[in-house]
Order: sequence, then structure tokens, then C-alpha cells
Amino acid sequence: MNKHLISAADLSKDDALLILDTAEELGKVSERSIKKLPTLRGRTVVNLFFEDSTRTRISFEAAAKRLSADVINFSAKGSSVSKGESLKDTALTLEAMGADAVVIRHSASGAPYRLATWVRGSVVNAGDGTHEHPTQALLDAFSMRRRLGSLEGRRVTIVGDVLHSRVARSNVLLLNTLGAEVTLVAPPTLLPVAVDTWPCQVSYDLDAVLPKSDVVMMLRVQKERMNAAYFPSEREYSRRYGLDRDRFARMPEEAIVMHPGPMNRGMEIAAEVADSPRSTIVEQVANGVTIRMAVLYLLLGGEI
Amino acid sequence: MLIRNVRILGGDPVDILVRDGIIAEIGTGLESAGQAVDGGGAIALPGLVDLHTHLREPGREDAETVLSGTQAAARGGYTAVHAMANTSPVADTAGVVEQVWRLGREYGHCDVQPVGAVTVGLEGRQLAELGAMADSAARVRVFSDDGRCVDDAVLMRRALEYVKAFDGVVAQHAQEPRLTQGAQMNEGVVSGRLGLAGWPAVAEEAIIARDCLLAAHVGSRLHVCHVSTAGSVEIIRWAKSKGWNVTAEVTPHHLLLTDELVEESPVGAYNPIYKVNPPLRTHEDVAALREALADGTIDAVATDHAPHPVEDKETEWSAAAMGMIGLETALSVVQEAMVDTGLLDWAGVAERMSLAPARIGRLPGHGQPLQVGAPANITLYDPDHRAEVDPSGFASKSRNTPYTGMTLPGRVVATFLRGRPTVLEGKLV
Repeated sequence: MNKHLISAADLSKDDALLILDTAEELGKVSERSIKKLPTLRGRTVVNLFFEDSTRTRISFEAAAKRLSADVINFSAKGSSVSKGESLKDTALTLEAMGADAVVIRHSASGAPYRLATWVRGSVVNAGDGTHEHPTQALLDAFSMRRRLGSLEGRRVTIVGDVLHSRVARSNVLLLNTLGAEVTLVAPPTLLPVAVDTWPCQVSYDLDAVLPKSDVVMMLRVQKERMNAAYFPSEREYSRRYGLDRDRFARMPEEAIVMHPGPMNRGMEIAAEVADSPRSTIVEQVANGVTIRMAVLYLLLGGEI
Repeated sequence: MLIRNVRILGGDPVDILVRDGIIAEIGTGLESAGQAVDGGGAIALPGLVDLHTHLREPGREDAETVLSGTQAAARGGYTAVHAMANTSPVADTAGVVEQVWRLGREYGHCDVQPVGAVTVGLEGRQLAELGAMADSAARVRVFSDDGRCVDDAVLMRRALEYVKAFDGVVAQHAQEPRLTQGAQMNEGVVSGRLGLAGWPAVAEEAIIARDCLLAAHVGSRLHVCHVSTAGSVEIIRWAKSKGWNVTAEVTPHHLLLTDELVEESPVGAYNPIYKVNPPLRTHEDVAALREALADGTIDAVATDHAPHPVEDKETEWSAAAMGMIGLETALSVVQEAMVDTGLLDWAGVAERMSLAPARIGRLPGHGQPLQVGAPANITLYDPDHRAEVDPSGFASKSRNTPYTGMTLPGRVVATFLRGRPTVLEGKLV
């Protein structure tokens, strides 16, 4: 494994499977009454969050604590960052505190790469701008594998705002590494111009792809995209690309529905679909902690 | 002043005798009672002229000053630079352009020819007093809102028309603002992977096409700044084939570097040292730009020397300033991209880096072939030297060069401004 986890492309197939298998083992800890392992005792993990994301931060915090690491939460709001301190100075401060790993969430694509040039510890990308979110992809793969078994040859359809989605980028890379066949579905305005160079299929027609899907992953549509003329209206988007009851009924019987959250119920996904037994949305959250334990364990534990 | 043993445009070794700032004699075995410099067989070029330099003074003296910028220019073999108008205050009045022009004359490392803003405050709303700047001591002929595009078609038309009265030219920074809102890098394969907002080629090409048509319609002169795409080259080639009065420049970095460096480089991914406006493009664009510079579709090389302090580049990509310094590496990059590839000979380099830019800028006393009677603006260059670029020795105040650690050919040995050396043995005089 690389020292850092910044892009899903950093992971070989063996690396990815090792993380998933390790997560299976560590998952058993979460089922115990005392949910704690001594593995990372004395190590320091910093959660450096420049963007509000309580869900992801709590998930990383729980993961580090279950491995007995010391956790420092550093959020940009109300900190020196909001007073104009640069990312570099923040990094040097963390370095002086002796962070063994820095988990970073930042609105700028590529910020974790910059951070990695200024700190000695491992950098874990918890979402950078519209670039990547590799632990989300890992927890998605983990959730799929638990429901469907091996991902080899599985057909995964990712629907929505691919252009601005770090989840989609990481998932395409990781699922391709794991042998799944990915199809992206979106209006042409929400696909990057060179998406044909990505290791996946692309379609504008959700109804054509649905019957051939083992997994349908819906992406969140940000309201502000509408004002920038990416699509005419919420209703039109929902009609053409939303997963409603009728479309859900046309999916293969064993196929599952995923969403990285937070959802716009009634927009990209109907409430009944989100709450159906074939939806993994709640499991995804639980699996997030397990996967992040595995990532921290493998990045930091190897040195013990 | 006698300059011994130099090869004019790479020809046979000769001596050049300079008297009163003018080339008095060219021949072999010349003698002089005054100072003599041994050229050691270096190539002699007419002093280089830059159409596009950011000297940052007034306003950002932490990044560059007229003094440090002209010293950098001299070290790069330049005897004249056009100082862009996007200073603070903006060079949109006779007062500001005269101040910059006068500072250049006082320091004496290199002539400074100020560029005037097209619109007041670069705001794109009202024409600046172009005539007053043209009539000032600075004698402004090139007008540009560089850094911003004159995107209003009516305002652009009026500017093109208005400058005809004093043989001026509008140098357009071609960037359609709506198509490039929040844009971070060339829109293509790499931007899609990196999740950086794309800067489409069409945003440049659409403005160039419109401006060529406007210039033809009103019968004026248009100069296109820093052409960066293959499509732009095609449009300019077409406009020239119509006989329209359109000229264009390309930067050294667009002749050598591509957008792939943003993803993978010796200095790490997303390193803003590669962030520049217009953005680095693809290999196909680089090939088209080289070809266009070779065949004359692109008239000139211009550095777009854009100094920034360290803290404006040591950030995450989207927070970083756009721009690269280029004066002290321009000739080496052009040798690497154009001469060593067989696309341009030294006469071609002289045309693209001295004669053409002086012609476009209407700069008397610069850009003249090295012959008896011409001003003794001379650059001596050793093309056989090879070294790693080490910015610690740069005269520029800033260090935002993308070439650090790269091995580039050539070295400016000496620069003469009207017969007076500004650089000797590679060092400032």
C-alpha cells in the first residue's frame, strides 16, 4: 500500500481487497460490547475539515477511536483558517504536533496532494472538491460485496451529477480495479467532456440501463446546479433521471440501490425506494466506520 | 565599444564596432582604442523585444519592480519590454504610463514601453484616455486590458476604431468570461480526471474569431495575446489569408509544457507552479503552436512574464495566482522547442523575438537587423551551453518558474543596449 490514500487509483486490486477483507475482520469488533482495539494506541490522527461534513468526520473519528488512536478534530470554522491562515501553515502546525495521519476534507480539488508535500504523516482524503472521495468508494464496494458477493463482472450504474461528483470519480476507478462494469448515466451537461476516456460506459438513458444493472447508485443533485443551467428544472431532472417507483420496479429483482447521502428525497430518489429493503443506504453509513478503521489500520498499523 | 568574434544569426565570426550607440562597422580584424569584449564565438541577435511583461510596479512591488523586472529582462537578452497595464493603479492614464516609462529610463537596464489599458480600471465599461496615453512622453501604441478580456463587442469595436488615429493596436486577452467562470485548467482529459473546472479552448477561439471579424470590418490592427490552442491558430491563419491586419504572439511555456503536468510532475500533483492564464494545453496544441510560429501564422514570442510571491503559489490549486515568470528562460525555451527541433533558424528567432514584436509595438530603435547604421541593441547567446535551471540566480524578485531542475540549452552571454553592456559574462553590469 502507498503511504497515503488520496485517490482510488492509488490502490491496486490486492490493496483494495486487503482493505475490504480487513474491514470484514474489524467489523466484528463493532458487534462486541467493548468496541475497541489497542492497535493504534499512542498514535495521533488529525481530522482536518475545511468543509462542513459532520457525517464523514464522525465516521473517521469513531474509526480512529475504536483503534485507540488519539484524535484531534480541527475544523476550519472558528479556527485560524477562517482568519486567513494558509493550508501550508495549518499543515506545519499539525506537523509540529506530531500527527501520524491527517484526514483532510477540503473544497479545493487536489488539496490533499498539496498537504502531503508539507507533512510527514499519512494523508487520507476525506473528499477534495470535485476530485475524489476514496473511502466512500471503498465503503460502497464493501456494502456491495456484502450483498452481492464478488464484484467481478457485476454491473454498477451510477446516476447523476458525475461532473461535480468526487464519489463518482472514486467509484469508477475502484470498481474498475475490482473487476466490475460501470455505466455512468447523466444528462450530457453533467458529464465531463472527456468522460469517454474513463474506464466505464456512458449513457444518457436511464431506462435503457436499469434492466441491466446489479447495482444502481444515485448521486446527490445540488440545488445550485439548476441555476447554472445544467438542466431546465428539478421536475424535468427528476422525470428523466430520478429513481422513482416505476423505474425501481423495472430493475432486476436482486439489484440493490445505493446513495452516498445526503439524499434529496423526491428529487433523485423516491422515498419508498430509499427506504426499501433493497436499499443499502443505512448500511453504507455503518460500513463507513468499518472501512475507515481498515484504512487507518493498514496505513498506520504497518509500522508498529 | 568593440565586440569581437561573434556570429551574427549564427553566421561566420565577425567583429562589431559600436560608436555612439550605433553599429559603425562590421568585419574581421577590427581594432578600437575603447573597451573591447570577446564574444567567444557566441551567436549575435538583435536585442530581444518582449510584447508582454508584467513588471507589477506600481502596486505589487513585493512580486516585481521596474528595476528587478528590467534586470531580469536584460539577463534574458531583452533590450525592450512592453509593461502590461494591470498594475495598481491601472495604467489607464498618461500619468501612470509616464511614471513607468520614466523609471525604465532611469534604471537603464532595458527600455520599458508601457502598454495602456483599453478601458478605465480594466473594468470593460468605458474607454480609457487612449489618445492622452499615445501623446504622452511614454508614446503608447499598444493597448490591452490583459488579465481580462474586452468581451463587450461594441467596446472592442470602438477601441479598434479609435486607435487607428495614432497607429495603435489593441492586444486582446481572448477569454470569453462566461465560458471560463471559475475555470482552473484546460478542459479536457486531465481536468475531468482531476475534478478541476475546465477552461475550454472555445472560450479563447470564439473571442479571436469575433475580434478578427471586427478588425476586418473597421479596418484596424488587432494583436492576439498568448495564443494557446490549435483552433486559435486555424482562425488566425484564416484571418491572415484574407489579408486582414491581425498579428499574434505565443508564450515560451505554451511551446513546451502541457496540461499533463498538473496531474503528474516532479513537484507533485496539483502544483500551482503550472497554473497560468491561458492554461497549459495538450500535446496537439503545442505541436500546432510550434508549427504556426515556424510558418509565421504566429508572429512573435512574448513571455507573459507574470511574477508572483511565494505565498501566492504555495497553496491549494484553486487558491493560487495564475502566471509564470519567463524573461530569464525565454530564449532557452525557444531554442529547445523551435531551434533544436529544426523548426526555426537563428534568423527566424531574431524575427520572432525582436523584429516582429518591435514592429507590432511600433517601437523605433529596436528590432532592427544587425547592420551598419542600426542601433547597437545586441544579444550574445551561447547555444551550446546546457544547464539545469536554478532560479536562485534569477534577477526577478519572484521564483514562480515551471522550469526549476529542467535541463535547458543555451545561455545569454551579454546584452548591449545602444552599445552599452547591461549584461556581461551572464552577469548584470
